[in-house]
Amino acid sequence: MTWSELSELLAVGLQETAWMVFVSTVLTAVGGLLLGILLVLTAPGGMLAAPAVSSVLGFIVNVTRSLPFIILLVAVIPFTRAVVGTTIGTDAAIVPLTIGAIPFFARIVEAALREVPPDVVAAATAMGATRRQIVGKVLLREARPGLVAGLTITVIALVGYSAMAGVVGGGGLGDLAIRYGYQRFDTQVMIATVIALIVFVQLVQTAGDILVRRLSHR
Amino acid sequence: MYVIEIAGLRKTYRAKGRRDRAVVAVDGVDLSVAEGDVFGVLGQSGAGKSTLLRCVNMLERPDEGTVKVGGVDLTALDRRGLREARHGIGMIHQHFALLSSRTVAGNVAFALEVTGVPRNERRERVAELLELVGLGGRADAYPSQLSGGQKQRVGIARALAARPKVLLSDEATSALDPETTDSILRLLLDLNQRLNLTILLITHEMNVVKRICRSAAVMRDGRFVESGAITDLLDRPDSELARGLFPLDAPTSLDGHTVVDVTVSGDGADAPLLAEVARRFDIDVRIMAGSVEQLAATRAGRFRLAVPAGDDAPLNYLSERGARIGRPTAPSPIEIQGAAS
Repeated sequence: MTWSELSELLAVGLQETAWMVFVSTVLTAVGGLLLGILLVLTAPGGMLAAPAVSSVLGFIVNVTRSLPFIILLVAVIPFTRAVVGTTIGTDAAIVPLTIGAIPFFARIVEAALREVPPDVVAAATAMGATRRQIVGKVLLREARPGLVAGLTITVIALVGYSAMAGVVGGGGLGDLAIRYGYQRFDTQVMIATVIALIVFVQLVQTAGDILVRRLSHR
Repeated sequence: MYVIEIAGLRKTYRAKGRRDRAVVAVDGVDLSVAEGDVFGVLGQSGAGKSTLLRCVNMLERPDEGTVKVGGVDLTALDRRGLREARHGIGMIHQHFALLSSRTVAGNVAFALEVTGVPRNERRERVAELLELVGLGGRADAYPSQLSGGQKQRVGIARALAARPKVLLSDEATSALDPETTDSILRLLLDLNQRLNLTILLITHEMNVVKRICRSAAVMRDGRFVESGAITDLLDRPDSELARGLFPLDAPTSLDGHTVVDVTVSGDGADAPLLAEVARRFDIDVRIMAGSVEQLAATRAGRFRLAVPAGDDAPLNYLSERGARIGRPTAPSPIEIQGAAS
C-alpha cells in the first residue's frame, strides 16, 4: 500500500470517527444533562423529590450501563432501523453510541451536581431564588468544571465505543483496523490507526483540561 | 414592635425508614425579636439552634407552631409568597456559601438578579453594597482569592442586597480567627445601628453575645432555658447567661465567712460599692474572683465575695444599691465555651 493510499484511508476513517463522535457527543450532552438533572432533582430530599420517578430513572440508567457496548449495539438494531432507516454506516452507529453514552454521562452529571455544597443551594433558596434559577445559576454554573471534565471523559469513551461500531459496518477508524489490520494482517494500517487514535484522544483530553482550568475558580 | 414572632415551634427529624428513632431538634420554642434588636441564641452543637434559625426563613418547615416575620405568617404562604417574603430576610452562613464561579461583584449581583432588580441598576447597587461592607476594591476577585473575613463581608453584602429588615446569622464568625471575628462583629453592629437592621444570630461563642447582643436566649435540648433582654437576664440570680458571661470557678468556702456571688450592671458596675460596704460596716470584704466587662447591652460585673459570717447587713446594703446577691454556683455548661473563646 502506498503512502497516499494509506493517508486516504486514514483521512476517511478519521473523518467518519470524528463525525460519529461529534454528533453523538452533542446528543449525549443534551440528553445526559437533562437526565442527570432529573436524577438529582427527583432523588429523595431533592427539589422535586419523587421516589418512584427517581428509582425508575435509576433502574433504566443501570440497565443500560450493565450492557457491554458491543451487546447494546446489536440489541438496539431494530430501534436503529426504525430511526435511521438502515443499520449500516456512520449515521446508524450514532444511535447506539448515543443510547450507550447518555446514561454514562448522566451519572457523571449527577455526581458533578451533587458536588455543589448544600449550603450554597440553601443560601440561594434563602434569597428567594426560584427552582429554575437554582438549577441554572447555581447547580449547573457551579458544577461547570466538573461537567466539562465529565464530558471530556464521555467523548473519549465515545471514541472507544465508535471503534466497536466498525464490527457492524459502522465505518471509522475501528472499521479500518478490523478490515485491514485484523482481516488482512496489514500491520502498517494497524499502526497508523493506533497512532491516529492516540493523537485524537490526546487532543480531546488536552482541550478538555484547558477548558476546565479556565472555568475553575475553586 | 416585634419583627420576628415565633410561637410553639416544634421540629422533629425522623431517621430514614425508622419511625421509632425520632430526634426532636426544636421542642416548643417561643421567640420574639424587637425591631432593631440584636438577639443571640446561645447553645452548644446539637442544641437545635441551627434548626430554629432555618425555620425562620422556612429552609426547614416546622412541624408545629407559627413563624411571623414582619407580621406575615410564613408557615401559611405558598411558594411564590414565600419567595417574596424571603427577599425581606437576609442570611449569612458559617462557611459563607458563596458561588465559587462568580466574582465578588457577581455574587452580590446574584442576589439582585434573584430579587428581580433590572440589569442597569445592578452595577451601581453592587458597588454601593461592597462599599458598605468595606470591600470596594475587591469587586473582580473570586471568592477563592479572599480571606475568610473578606468572604463573610461578601456574604453580608449579598444578604443586604434586597434591603431586608431582618438578618439571620448562622454561626457567621465560627470559622474565623479572633481578630477577624471582631471586625465582622463590629460591622454587624454598625449595620444594625445605621440601617436599623434587626439581627437574629445563633452561636456557640459567648464572646459573640458579649460583643453585640442586646437580647439573648440560652438553648439546650431544643428548648430555651432562659431568654430576654441581657440586662434582665443579669438581674436573675441563677441566670446561666450571667454565669457564662462572667465565668467563676467552682465555689470554695472560707472559714468564718459567708461566700456569695454578686452581679452588678449599669451604673452599679462602676460604683465603688465594695469600698462603701467596707467603710460603712467596718468589715473586710474579700474578692475571691470576678471581673467587670463592657457588654453591648450594658456595663456589668460579677464577683465572688467573702464577708464575715453572722451579719446580713452588708449584703442587704449591697442589694439595696442594686446588686444581685446569690449563693455561689458551679460553672454552667456554657461557661466552657465562653472561656475558650
